[in-house]
Amino acid sequence: MASDDLWILGIHMTKFGKHPDKDMVDLASEAVLGALADGGVAMSDMGVIAAGSLMAASAGIGQQLQKQLGQTGVPVYNVANACATGATALRVAMMAIKAGEADMGLAFGVEKLAGAGLLTGGSRKDDSGTFTPSGRYGAVAPVDGRIGTEIMPGVFAQIGMEYGHRYGGTSFELFARISEKNHAHSTLNPLAAYSKKMSLEEIMGDFMVAYPNTRPMCSANCDGAAAAVVISGAKLRTLSLEQQRRAVKISASVLTTDPWEESCQILPDVNTLTRNAATMAYEQAGVGPSDLDLVELHDCFATAELVHYDNLMLCEQGGAVDFFNSGATWRDGTMPVNVSGGLESKGHPIGATGIANVWEVSTHLRGEAGPRQIEGAKIGMTHVIGLGSACGVHILEKSAG
Amino acid sequence: MANQIPLVDYLVLGDRPHLVAKECTSCGARYFDRRNACASCGRTEFTSVDIATEGEVRAFTIVAFAAPGIPTPYVAAMVDCGGTSVRANLINVPPDPEHVSLGMQVRLATEVVGTDDEGTEAIGFGFEPKEG
Ligand SMILES: [Zn+2]
Repeated sequence: MASDDLWILGIHMTKFGKHPDKDMVDLASEAVLGALADGGVAMSDMGVIAAGSLMAASAGIGQQLQKQLGQTGVPVYNVANACATGATALRVAMMAIKAGEADMGLAFGVEKLAGAGLLTGGSRKDDSGTFTPSGRYGAVAPVDGRIGTEIMPGVFAQIGMEYGHRYGGTSFELFARISEKNHAHSTLNPLAAYSKKMSLEEIMGDFMVAYPNTRPMCSANCDGAAAAVVISGAKLRTLSLEQQRRAVKISASVLTTDPWEESCQILPDVNTLTRNAATMAYEQAGVGPSDLDLVELHDCFATAELVHYDNLMLCEQGGAVDFFNSGATWRDGTMPVNVSGGLESKGHPIGATGIANVWEVSTHLRGEAGPRQIEGAKIGMTHVIGLGSACGVHILEKSAG
Repeated sequence: MANQIPLVDYLVLGDRPHLVAKECTSCGARYFDRRNACASCGRTEFTSVDIATEGEVRAFTIVAFAAPGIPTPYVAAMVDCGGTSVRANLINVPPDPEHVSLGMQVRLATEVVGTDDEGTEAIGFGFEPKEG
């Protein structure tokens, strides 16, 4: 292992779902203590802490965790970056190690969202008073629902539909089949918020949120946390052979934002920045899409998963529909995608998501995924995207040891 | 006739209602909101341009579940108006997948979206199917 490589030494995720008896610090503590134990290290070994939480970053969730687990005085970075929050926290810890400020660091992500609603799109009050233009569009009344939609299921529905307009082949049923796959995968994941197999008929017949996304085709709001201990190659060499054997190499870590595109301020462009991130990640890692044994990508909605097959270059450009229809992305296919069940069934506690997907891939690379193990997995990719937009991509590799 | 005010300042009312965009004089990028600078090239000079009132539906969704107070279902869409993308609802069309389709040809239409305490009507816009 080269001295300037970065590795995951320990990693853990809580069960995703409803945790009414635990607050955010409880959940974060469970994940962090799990990651420390997994890596065989302690809070006192951590030279930096990156704390990801969309809801609690501004409340200093990192320091709140220290108050429970160990006030060691090291720098804490509280991070919020939409649905890329967890991946961003992981990168912050990595960058501190890269910069030589620490040789070991902790990143965690936590959220409590069980029972949360749509998260965006303001409720509309009756129009009253005197119409007065305000804001950047000079609007005299709220525009959500009057000039398009601001709700995520609707935005991502259009993103999938736009792909269909460009390349053809999409349908309500096609998007529902993607969801059918992820729900089927979730039956093997005891940490998923929902692990019930759903038939195509059940998915298509469920409550419609924003056509073509029905409720089971939307990411599940839930509670959860995940944490990772990151370590430099130089430091890892000083640890036990067993720790070195189980360590997972971070071969690429990339964060991008969306470059300007003609329509990007009308309908968010989740494509260009994902493609850019993937391109940089493959280059950093020195691998190509065909080298990947599994991918955990950001299926915040079934309509999103389709476009990311293409954006991550898992298929030919424009070929995502044929690629999915070939069966490639099922767990027994050539390119298993979201064998954890994905955000649609595993759940999406936003800040935790970008570390939980690293946990999933790491667990397969270590050969410790039990009944849902992808046999012989050596290289995997994780992807998250937060609207606004921010995209995080990581490529992970099994230790050679 | 009641006083009228556009729902947003980039909607121009009158005999021929249409949308106007701010166009960057350097790179041609178009925006509907108040700008600090051009997100494409960073320059700060803009000119006003009229947007085509006819276009093609490039993406849509039928929103069935929205925040309290927003009537559903409605069709939200991205319409390509002569190369400029516009966010809007599709109106004067049943909100179901049998009547709305990708590639559908549409044209701008206006409608009253509310009335304030002084009787002023807010006029919004959407796109409706082009006949024939
Ligand atoms: Zn410009």
